[in-house]
Amino acid sequence: MGGKLRFTYLVGGEAGMGVAAAGRMLAKTFTRGGYFVHGMIDYPSLIRGGHNFYLATVSDERVWSQYFNPDIMIALNIDTIKKHSHRLLKGSGIITDYDFKLDGLQLADGVKIYRIPLTKIVKELKASLIVRNSVALGALMALIGFDLEILLKVIGKELGKHREIAEINIKAAKAGYEYSRSNFGVGSFAKIKPKGDSGNLVITGNEAVALGALRAGMKTYFAYPMTPASPILHFLALVQHDFDVVVVQPESEIAAINMAVGAWYAGSRSMVATSGGGFCLMTEALGQAAMTETPVVVVIAQRPGPSTGMPTYTSQGDLRFTIHASQGEFPRFVIAPGDSEEAFYLTVKAFNMAEKYQVPAIILTDKHLAESHATVPEFDLNKARVERGKIITGEYKGEEEYRRFKLTEDGISPMAIPGTLNAIVKVNSSEHNEFGYATANEANATRMMEKRFRKLRLMREEVENLPESVKIYGHRSSSTAIISWGSTKGAILEALKIIKERGADLKFIQVVFLAPFPEKRVREALKGVNKLILVENNYTGQLESLLREFLLRPVDERILKYNGRPFFPKELAEKILEVIK
Amino acid sequence: MKVTPAVLNTKATNTWCPGCGNFSILTALKKAIVELNIRPEKVVVITGIGCHGKLGDYINVNSFHTIHGRVLPLATGIKLANRELLVIGFAGDGDAYAIGLGHLPHAARRNIDIKYIVHNNMVFGLTTGQVTPTTPKGMKTRSTPYGNPEEPLNPLALVLTSGATFVARGFSGNLSHLTWLFKEAIKHRGFAFIDVLQPCYTFYNTYDFFRKRVYDLQKEGHDITDFDAALKKAYEWGERIPIGIFYKVSKPTFEDEIPQLQGSPMALRDISNVDVSKAYGLLK
Repeated sequence: MGGKLRFTYLVGGEAGMGVAAAGRMLAKTFTRGGYFVHGMIDYPSLIRGGHNFYLATVSDERVWSQYFNPDIMIALNIDTIKKHSHRLLKGSGIITDYDFKLDGLQLADGVKIYRIPLTKIVKELKASLIVRNSVALGALMALIGFDLEILLKVIGKELGKHREIAEINIKAAKAGYEYSRSNFGVGSFAKIKPKGDSGNLVITGNEAVALGALRAGMKTYFAYPMTPASPILHFLALVQHDFDVVVVQPESEIAAINMAVGAWYAGSRSMVATSGGGFCLMTEALGQAAMTETPVVVVIAQRPGPSTGMPTYTSQGDLRFTIHASQGEFPRFVIAPGDSEEAFYLTVKAFNMAEKYQVPAIILTDKHLAESHATVPEFDLNKARVERGKIITGEYKGEEEYRRFKLTEDGISPMAIPGTLNAIVKVNSSEHNEFGYATANEANATRMMEKRFRKLRLMREEVENLPESVKIYGHRSSSTAIISWGSTKGAILEALKIIKERGADLKFIQVVFLAPFPEKRVREALKGVNKLILVENNYTGQLESLLREFLLRPVDERILKYNGRPFFPKELAEKILEVIK
Repeated sequence: MKVTPAVLNTKATNTWCPGCGNFSILTALKKAIVELNIRPEKVVVITGIGCHGKLGDYINVNSFHTIHGRVLPLATGIKLANRELLVIGFAGDGDAYAIGLGHLPHAARRNIDIKYIVHNNMVFGLTTGQVTPTTPKGMKTRSTPYGNPEEPLNPLALVLTSGATFVARGFSGNLSHLTWLFKEAIKHRGFAFIDVLQPCYTFYNTYDFFRKRVYDLQKEGHDITDFDAALKKAYEWGERIPIGIFYKVSKPTFEDEIPQLQGSPMALRDISNVDVSKAYGLLK
């Protein structure tokens, strides 16, 4: 680590014990203290009971993934220790309740146990049991010598909606700190000193997408709840008045996307977000957007399938589905951000591109990106500007009668919105002529298909000219390269650090635009590569099939994971080292 | 600008069967727009899949010919984007009551200010004569050659109990009454539903059946604000079949409930430089 800090914490307990809140508040506490965090939440699909845990890594440099082995574990129930004892290496610690019986636990040698009277303290405070999480957070602050005040401020802000709840949690954290200080000593486990607050955000992929959509001028948002995309709905619903955005939860995903298409036809930038199952229901209307040349932005936060699969876990199994979804042939964008920061900027881009080319733009994320927290700098809004397409409002001033599907050289027809004087805007999900009237005339059908596909040529050109459509990291001239897309970026970047410490310097190619496929950029990135390693969170290696399709290039090694869990840096580094031996 | 019938004509060739009930629905719509003098640019007609779906080609207003069953969500999106538009959805009984039924109670209870006119000929016409949810029990169609085994749906009762604020039934054989109904629906603030009984001249010609039975509710002292009376009338189906306005009340619309929709249409708001930093507080 070259003196760099890398500190991993795990908070575990039953659903309803405040695991996610504790994990998030810690992530914010470390960020306010000048550190970078990457934290994920693991939870089954239930409301009470079961086992949840939040796992995060703190570093003084940008950290792209959480590590598997926690340095410290906050166990809000005994089950947490049993379930995660295999993660604990020598020298790690456990913060747990004084009341828990710990006999018979299999722990590695040298694991330190800090028994704090969590339950006793909350009872003395006459607080509900959920407040044990704040006692434990306070205790942790003392054990690592961190500034308690930062935690208290975060608690005050996070729970501030209900003053009494915030106050009791603050008292609980103070009591935990005090107990830890007097029984174990400040900084007795580790010493992590707060640095200056650089004002960074702690943001999930979902929140970044939502914020990107707001920046892009989205005025209407439609979504039916579906894990792991629902937090976009929650975030936008919360801020709808601040941003003058209409947020509607309709009766189904089918309704959602049809409303979005209707709204953008009428001139309002619109988005829907869902997961694979919801997107299955949306596919007919996706084709409708294509046929009527109405822009729409669709977010798909993937989870494992087929069918209901594992709703709260992660997967990259929908790439090929997304590229081909809906009947017939039409151009579309499929964009896969690899982290929250990319998610923000690419969402703005997706809106601009959808409107410019009047096509669907799909943002493909997954549960791991959608729901994990990352510390990122505030966004540079100058790099996230609204670029309007060929939109006509007010009055149409053309000499000839307005034609919504006017044949143009670039295939893009100026889009008047209904209400524009002197323009009658007729669109049709059936094949249609330039005016929008339905026709099955063969010459017209040929012209219209070619018109829609003239746009693809320009779309592809724009993607090829976009440096961020394919990103390269690590040793650029290495003959061994890893290729991947989406959220696996995080674990790969961390694995590269580990591999570099072991003396190998590899290259990583992240394909960000999956459609239109940036063939030239990928070919360029593959120059000089004689060992290509594919990393994907799916069974069939769907990116490889695109490499074969567009570049006639198979990969040499495949590292695939399909159990619903993201890759972890060390696990991935070991696998990569294995195949490059 | 004075809107004339000629302004509303289009160049498209009409392909409906002679005698089709769609003609009077189209004519009633044109007459309503002319008589209320609404600029064509301010009207959006959304049509579904089926014979009725071609209606948009035959009237010179904005139109969106959507996929099967999705007229209501499409119309909802359009209305939310621009409240100043008159948004009228048209659907067949297959479109509205089979594949698209899931949207109907929600649009009704939401009371969004759109108009929904169902061409109810009790059969699938364009796909050449299959059963629909309003086909009478026992009727032989191409998909029920031994007779329809299902009871038909009661659309008016469904819409009434879903909370609609304007519920009516028309008959394509009575053009002046239909025109009046359309004008009343357009003038109503909120979700307005009209089920139009019409013959399918080719696959199910009910013209004589209805002509003998329909009567005008408004000529019989029906109280349109009485929900129970409306529901009772919705179940009257036999020797006499009521047409007219069954129920009409005033309630806040969906748009009224959303403060950010007040003012200029969403579609015309300035989006050039949205300051997202005001949400940063939630992320720190």
